[in-house]
Amino acid sequence: MGLVPGLIKGLGVTGGTILRTVFPDGIKKPIPNPVKGAETVQYPHEKEEPTARARGVIALHEENCTSCMLCARECPDWCIYIEGHKEKAPPRRAGGKTRQKNILDRFDIDFALCMFCGICVEVCPFEALFWSPEYEFSEPRIADLLHDKSRLSEWMETVPDFEDYEAGSEAKKLKVPPT
Amino acid sequence: MIASLLASWNDDYWVQTLLRVGAGLVAVILVAGTLVMLHLFKMVSFMQSRLGPMEAGPFGSLQLLAEVGKHLQKEDILPTKADKFVFSAAPFVVLSSTFLLVVVLPGGPDAWFIQNDLGIYLAMAVSSVSVIGILMAGWGSANKYSLLGGLRATGQLIAYELPLILAVVGVVIQAGTMNLQGIVFAQADGEIFGWGGIGNPYILTQFVAFFIFMIAMQAELTQAPFDMPIAESELVSGYMTEYSGMRFLLFFIAEFATAGVFSAIAAVLFLGGWSVPGIDPTDNIMNVLGPLVMFLKVIVLTFIVFWVRFTFPRFREDQLQRLAWKFLIPLSLANIVVTAIFKVWI
Amino acid sequence: MTDISDRQQLSYIAAQAADARVNLELETEGMTLNIGPQHPATHGTLRIVAKLDGEQVIAADPVMGYMHRGYEKLTEVRTYPQVTTLINRIDWLGSFANEVPFILAAEQLMEVEAPPRAQSIRTILFEMSRIANVVLFLGDMAVQVGAVTPVFFAFRDREHILNQIEAVTGGRFHPNFDRIGGLKDDLPAGWISETKQVMKKMRAFCDEIETLVLGNEIFQARTRGIGVIPADIGLQYGLSGANIRASGVDWDVRRDNPCGLAYDQVDWKVWTHPDGDSFSRFWVRLQETREATKIVDQLLDTIPAGPVMAKVPRIIKVPAGEAYVETENPLGVMGYYVVSKGDLVPYRVKIRSASFNNMSISPWLLKGVYVPDIITILASLYFILGDIDR
Repeated sequence: MGLVPGLIKGLGVTGGTILRTVFPDGIKKPIPNPVKGAETVQYPHEKEEPTARARGVIALHEENCTSCMLCARECPDWCIYIEGHKEKAPPRRAGGKTRQKNILDRFDIDFALCMFCGICVEVCPFEALFWSPEYEFSEPRIADLLHDKSRLSEWMETVPDFEDYEAGSEAKKLKVPPT
Repeated sequence: MIASLLASWNDDYWVQTLLRVGAGLVAVILVAGTLVMLHLFKMVSFMQSRLGPMEAGPFGSLQLLAEVGKHLQKEDILPTKADKFVFSAAPFVVLSSTFLLVVVLPGGPDAWFIQNDLGIYLAMAVSSVSVIGILMAGWGSANKYSLLGGLRATGQLIAYELPLILAVVGVVIQAGTMNLQGIVFAQADGEIFGWGGIGNPYILTQFVAFFIFMIAMQAELTQAPFDMPIAESELVSGYMTEYSGMRFLLFFIAEFATAGVFSAIAAVLFLGGWSVPGIDPTDNIMNVLGPLVMFLKVIVLTFIVFWVRFTFPRFREDQLQRLAWKFLIPLSLANIVVTAIFKVWI
Repeated sequence: MTDISDRQQLSYIAAQAADARVNLELETEGMTLNIGPQHPATHGTLRIVAKLDGEQVIAADPVMGYMHRGYEKLTEVRTYPQVTTLINRIDWLGSFANEVPFILAAEQLMEVEAPPRAQSIRTILFEMSRIANVVLFLGDMAVQVGAVTPVFFAFRDREHILNQIEAVTGGRFHPNFDRIGGLKDDLPAGWISETKQVMKKMRAFCDEIETLVLGNEIFQARTRGIGVIPADIGLQYGLSGANIRASGVDWDVRRDNPCGLAYDQVDWKVWTHPDGDSFSRFWVRLQETREATKIVDQLLDTIPAGPVMAKVPRIIKVPAGEAYVETENPLGVMGYYVVSKGDLVPYRVKIRSASFNNMSISPWLLKGVYVPDIITILASLYFILGDIDR
């Protein structure tokens, strides 16, 4: 049969785990508290906090968007639908040329198709798209997964501030525009 | 087991039978249910750093009711090519062997189902009936996987019957009787080197037999490391693959009930059964305390069974057979010889 | 297409059909068992058609392709950042590792080198994806052999690595972080010290698995001497990674051809094992996981300061040319052969995936083994269906 100790040590590992789960505070406080000792999170009652960079849902800051269509073009799934029109805007100072402004009519992201890759957020030259770690937006109907302009703007409130970088980094910290 | 307490109440044969049958149902199903709940759902989940069922009832205690309800409302699928009678009868055959086993267990000085001098011999003989049930399930499913599982199970269960029985023989020699009640009294009234403090639980002298009995019991219950018949990652569910709904639940209940009953037999043979050190075994209080003590001992032994089940990988079929025939049987025969020598000359 | 005439082709087909009919009629022995494509043991939708004689296998043929997603065709119509997103999903357990050889090949064509900080962080994330992948293997092989508890420990401890990857890249399973010229973003503050804690936990997990699974006599009885691959046969079939190192061949692309990753700055060891059986494959992967934690620890202490992205144009047009880069991915050697014609999209990307070649040995290896051993051997070869079928 060989040496038995290998089997007994294996039992020791699982035995140790059950003791650690039932008595998470160790031998000092032998009160059974498996809810604290288990490594799982009881989802609907407690929720885990994803990290700040987590790719949960995309938020739109409408003022910055100029309908340049870069995000719609670069999306691997073509799930962004943009429609806009041009309008005349008053000149910046008196006596100047009238400017042209792009007004967004429609900016939809279809989250049923979205791969959550982040290419749209990355290529936007005007910092109009941001990642938010919100992940609870499932719907009973697939059609409701198409988030329109107003819903995407609502997600801006959940966008966390950008984090500081590690020492030695030369990257510049970006700012989330205030809503 | 309270049946015999009420013996004085009414001596009619049919009343006695009804009480005993009722008590037997309670003893099997309640114990099986509690074991499933406590050990399978909770204890094993803690071993895996998780909590197990928590939604049904406080801390998931009503999960078993939810499971029973779920299985009852499922469609009863009968495969087209399956032999209808064999397929449908198989779970009942397996369950019936459990009920027959519980008949010989004593729960107290007056709380027993039947008093029979065949005791343990009857139990061992009747426990083999489940093999037929498993073979029926494997063959009647008209499924290659189930057939493989059923054949493996048959080979395994028959091979491990022998160490089981031979381990018991050592205890019988030491106790001098096959009657399980007699074995309990022999342990309760016995003495270790003249000190009668805790009686003489046979686990101390028959530790080899205890070791063999636990291993053989693990194999008889087709628990890992001997669960080749139900090798989940290969045969999906072995002989149980084609079963759904209530029939599947019957197999499930049978598995846990048999675990409970076999542990009860082990508790009687090795741990002193329903006797508690300190209380006189003929005292009337033992009729109420006895079943509870048995229940506790059953929980402890099934804890060990499930602990081993969820820690170890499984043996391959030929390694399993080699273990039984080349290791366990010679060891148990040696145990019998040594016990006989000690009994006759010392 | 060929210069066989139509009539010859038809007679060839007819002969095949006649042979097949005769085989079917004369099939008197053996039972054909279909393992998969829906099966708990095959790591995905793999089908193995096994002809059995009792419990012994006479012949076993893997049938792959149930998960073919057409990656190589897809890459012909996707730009380079989009391709990076897609190829994350080939080996989905250690997904950062899939991006690295492709980006390195594109960088070779563009003649751009990532700055040293980016190379260091790339290597750290590469090794972390190796740990995430192999940790699951350690639990998974235990489940295939019968022990159900180690896989829970594997998932529990893998969460720590995934959390760290999420803290940097934003995605737990599909980081999509590598870019031509460097990385997408830099490390957030506090990440280095957290990751060091995580590496300690992974080493504790490796010790746990060593006691619970490797030291277990039943596991050893199930895996020692099972599925022995001699070194020369393994090399002929194109095995790579831990599979071939477990047969004694000292070959590791990280050491022999680091090419853009920071392995030459770290003090580390290649693990081999002389037997070629399933036990040694498990053993080698366990040691490699420990080694990976040590590599990450050393790299975390010595990340050079600097930018994380080289100067590359905004719209990436890779100049015309061909490049082949292979790296030591968690599953084996993975290589990308990128052919570019100077466009926004690659002209052709050929993906040499490790598991496809690892699986090719299975008909030879599975002859004459018992049914339970099929599962053990396939588990020890460790393939991921996304990697086989792409």
